[in-house]
Amino acid sequence: MPEASTRPIVVVDDVHQSFGEVEVLKGVSFTVAKGGVVCIIGPSGSGKSTLLRCINGLVPIQRGSIRVASFDVHALRTDKEKIALRKEVSMVFQQYNLFPHKTALQNVMMAPIHVLREKPDEVRARAIALLTKVGLAAKQDAYPGELSGGQQQRVAIARSLAMRPEVMLFDEVTAALDPETVKEVLNTIRGLAQEGMTCILVTHEMRFAREIADEVHFTDGGRIVESAPPAELFDHPKVDRTRAFLSQVL
Amino acid sequence: MRQPQVLPVLLPAAERLAKAAMRERASGARALRLEPAHGVALFAAFVLGCGVAQAQSRSYDPSILATIWKWTPLLARGFAFNLAISFVAMAIGSIAGFFLGFAQISLLPAVKRGAWLTTHFFRNAPWLVLLFYCMFLLPFQVTVFGVTIPIPDWTKATLGLALPVMANVSEIVRGAIQSIPTTQWEAAASLAFNRRQTQWMIIFPQCIKRMLPPWMNLYAILTMSTVLASIVGVNEMMTLTQRALSAENRPGLLLAFYSYVLLWFFVYCYPIARWTVRLEARYAVRQ
Ligand SMILES: Nc1ncnc2c1ncn2[C@@H]1O[C@H](COP(=O)(O)OP(=O)(O)O)[C@@H](O)[C@H]1O
Ligand SMILES: [Mg+2]
Repeated sequence: MPEASTRPIVVVDDVHQSFGEVEVLKGVSFTVAKGGVVCIIGPSGSGKSTLLRCINGLVPIQRGSIRVASFDVHALRTDKEKIALRKEVSMVFQQYNLFPHKTALQNVMMAPIHVLREKPDEVRARAIALLTKVGLAAKQDAYPGELSGGQQQRVAIARSLAMRPEVMLFDEVTAALDPETVKEVLNTIRGLAQEGMTCILVTHEMRFAREIADEVHFTDGGRIVESAPPAELFDHPKVDRTRAFLSQVL
Repeated sequence: MRQPQVLPVLLPAAERLAKAAMRERASGARALRLEPAHGVALFAAFVLGCGVAQAQSRSYDPSILATIWKWTPLLARGFAFNLAISFVAMAIGSIAGFFLGFAQISLLPAVKRGAWLTTHFFRNAPWLVLLFYCMFLLPFQVTVFGVTIPIPDWTKATLGLALPVMANVSEIVRGAIQSIPTTQWEAAASLAFNRRQTQWMIIFPQCIKRMLPPWMNLYAILTMSTVLASIVGVNEMMTLTQRALSAENRPGLLLAFYSYVLLWFFVYCYPIARWTVRLEARYAVRQ
């Protein structure tokens, strides 16, 4: 059904968020269609990470609304409700944040077993399949400390996928990696996007954003300054601020 | 203090002190730094004590080493009692401190506040004072359903020592939990773990390595503090030493006997202290 595929799975509407006195998000709105890939670019401190955290329900918002699949994220109050949301939306962090006391395989298996309460042998089979998919089947018994940054990040992606989320959030997942390993992580994300996973990526990899995104949002000072399909935004930015930013990073 | 300008000469020393204080705060107790030199000094004191005692002996007195040897089985029994007290106090204190430490990071303000107060009260009260409180405030027997259970002095002393252990363990647990980066909590939350699961499955297992060195350090300090129980009349090594000395009635024996007791404690605590330092160094490199 074409109708279903274009219906937005994420609707962010006029979101305001502050930490105490400091207003970090000053009215952000955008939507993501199911299976869509949206990239968020912008200078550091513009509130990109905070925006992803809001979508995942990790930080509360003060005004506006966020809807993800069937959840009104802004209205979730109890831990139980937030946990239900996070089964649908999974986040991958810049610093991987793997659990250092667990092997790669255990990292992937933990949440499905203890949160989704699935059978360990089924989870195990799925976890091995996911590690194979990210190219790390041989490393399943390695601890995070024994893996390179790129490998850790791919384990982190597999760990998120093991929750069978509807939406994946990526927060500058290649920013801490050295150039050679960036590619392996981007390939993994590209594979996911091609399979139809809904993705919201905060990234500094402009070429990757151009190739993969359906839409790019440029944020600055807690607002979305300009939104457009990548070809348009990168080649013909309409706003001066966007142009200035792109001229610095491209 | 009143002068606003900083004396630059004092800075390195001040920094060093601040760092040492930070380390001690993090470890939950004063760091016990036993060096081989301490053992050598103790042994020298023992030899000197024996020499002095020998010189003061009357011709018909048995030799000083023979005297010490004669009393050694009794003193060893006393030492075993010290160890028993240290084990039980450590076990009780650790279990209670473990829960108190978690209570210190509770999201409920009342629990958090109460745990903080309890911890800091028992951590800052002198051990001896706590010991006396337990000795004199606890009844010597309790009657439950018509059955009278006596509470012997050593039980009270053990409880008295368990209290500061509890408070120090509480700080060790809290410090270790708070030393885990918040990103671990965030990663767990984004995987839909609830708070309790996060604490037990993700945060606490990572704390064990960090807790082990200060916990062992605390144990060594506790073991040495068990002699405080002699003041409240428990039959541990120090009490028995006093008894041996009064039975012998030879004032020259004092230094020899007490340094002999200290040697026992040193031999027991030194390996623990060394091992603690080794673990600290190893984990510091790893993390
Ligand atoms: N937990 C927090 N408490 C207070 N201020 C925060 C917190 N997290 C982020 N901020 C502030 O919010 C602003 C946006 O941060 P962030 O979302 O991390 O930006 P970006 O990811 O675009 O670099 C920054 O100015 C930062 O200092
Ligand atoms: Mg960021």
